[in-house]
Amino acid sequence: MTQTVPVELDDVVGGSFFHREFHRHPPALAPRYKSSIARSPKLALVSIPNSLSELSGPLFGHDTIGPDDNDLTVNFAKPGSRPALGERIIVHGRVLDERGIGMSGMLVEIWQANSGGRYRHIKDGYAAPLDSSFGGCGRTITDSQGGYEFRTIRPGAYPWPNGINDWRPSHIHFSLFGTGFAQRLITQMYFEGDPLIPQCPIVNAIPDPKFVEPLIARMDRHNTIPMDARAYRFDIILRGRRSTQFEGQAG
Amino acid sequence: MVVLGRVLHESPSQTAGPYVHIGCTPNYIGLKGIYGGHDLGENLVGEDTPGQRISISGCIFDGIRTPIRDGIVEVWQADHLGLFNSPVEKRGKSAKGFVGWARRATDPSTGEFSFLTVKSGATPFTDGNMQAPFISFWIAARGINLGLHTRMYFPDEIEANQRDPVLSRLEHSGRISTLLAREVSENEYRFDIHLQGERETVFFDV
Repeated sequence: MTQTVPVELDDVVGGSFFHREFHRHPPALAPRYKSSIARSPKLALVSIPNSLSELSGPLFGHDTIGPDDNDLTVNFAKPGSRPALGERIIVHGRVLDERGIGMSGMLVEIWQANSGGRYRHIKDGYAAPLDSSFGGCGRTITDSQGGYEFRTIRPGAYPWPNGINDWRPSHIHFSLFGTGFAQRLITQMYFEGDPLIPQCPIVNAIPDPKFVEPLIARMDRHNTIPMDARAYRFDIILRGRRSTQFEGQAG
Repeated sequence: MVVLGRVLHESPSQTAGPYVHIGCTPNYIGLKGIYGGHDLGENLVGEDTPGQRISISGCIFDGIRTPIRDGIVEVWQADHLGLFNSPVEKRGKSAKGFVGWARRATDPSTGEFSFLTVKSGATPFTDGNMQAPFISFWIAARGINLGLHTRMYFPDEIEANQRDPVLSRLEHSGRISTLLAREVSENEYRFDIHLQGERETVFFDV
């Protein structure tokens, strides 16, 4: 017999998330992105109201993170060795919710190819060489305003086995946590001006090119560090919570 | 009171791609020593966290019944009394050492994942009625364009499952079985996830 804790109704209604706008996301099946064909559910998602299991989620303290975790130019390099090869960049921005409120204390994880377009992974056989000083992952926790910053190198474009001549635009993968498990999101950041963006089947899985725009980081001349690194600005939006006054009691 | 509506829109999802393990479980797949040698989400519970100890293992199968070997699985659950480790939880504090969240790479050779945890307690639904015990799953991988949410329920909770408000809203009651773990031996559960096919798992829009 499972034990239970008494529940007050006020504890569980209110503050559920705005319903996800699926028309802004890629559908499960996007046939030009071939991997989606056998990996897309065929049946409809079953919609359920948010209860505590969706409204709550893991939180990560600042002590989770080491001092170099957000600097991919050094976090895998052996002590005393050179930093990672490539164009040195800062990627920074804010994590906001759909109400425009900065989300502090949120875990942001990234991963990417090296400057030649090669991942440090046994399955990546691209001809571009590995960089002994580059691992390809980083993580940080947003500050009190929702701000985050990574130092890294600009990843290279690379060919991938989809069409016979498909090349991924330069991109950085982002994994995000909000305060609720329903906000969990993985996405990719692209670079302003990359001609490969409109040709990419993964990008084009997003139903409308205007919805791709928020995924394209802008060069941020004001935050360039002279003689060191260029800056790119990339804000990420996670689902927002409804005001409790609009909540119904039944799902 | 100022009511703030939706003024921005959630960033569009993109697939985690084939190298999500580099980002989420780097030590496990060979970036030895990074992040002090530990990946996030290794342990759901502490050594002395109270509750019934269980293990959960499984695979994610694609539409041609091949295990996905480049994915990640995350779980989120309540403790043995049904309390979440979260400030959103107002009914009490979750048990000592209880984390409630963990993440695994699906094994690059076999596709297997496994977790050690405690069985979760019942948690309230939006109307205050109790739900049967379950564990929330979230999966991401190459070819999955938007991370998938599902739930694992316990096969031995027959009465609670029958009353469960989520299971009972499924139009095709035959699909409930896709959300039930199999008990392969005492306290050892198997939960396979099927992306397509006759046994396609129920995925939720939460």
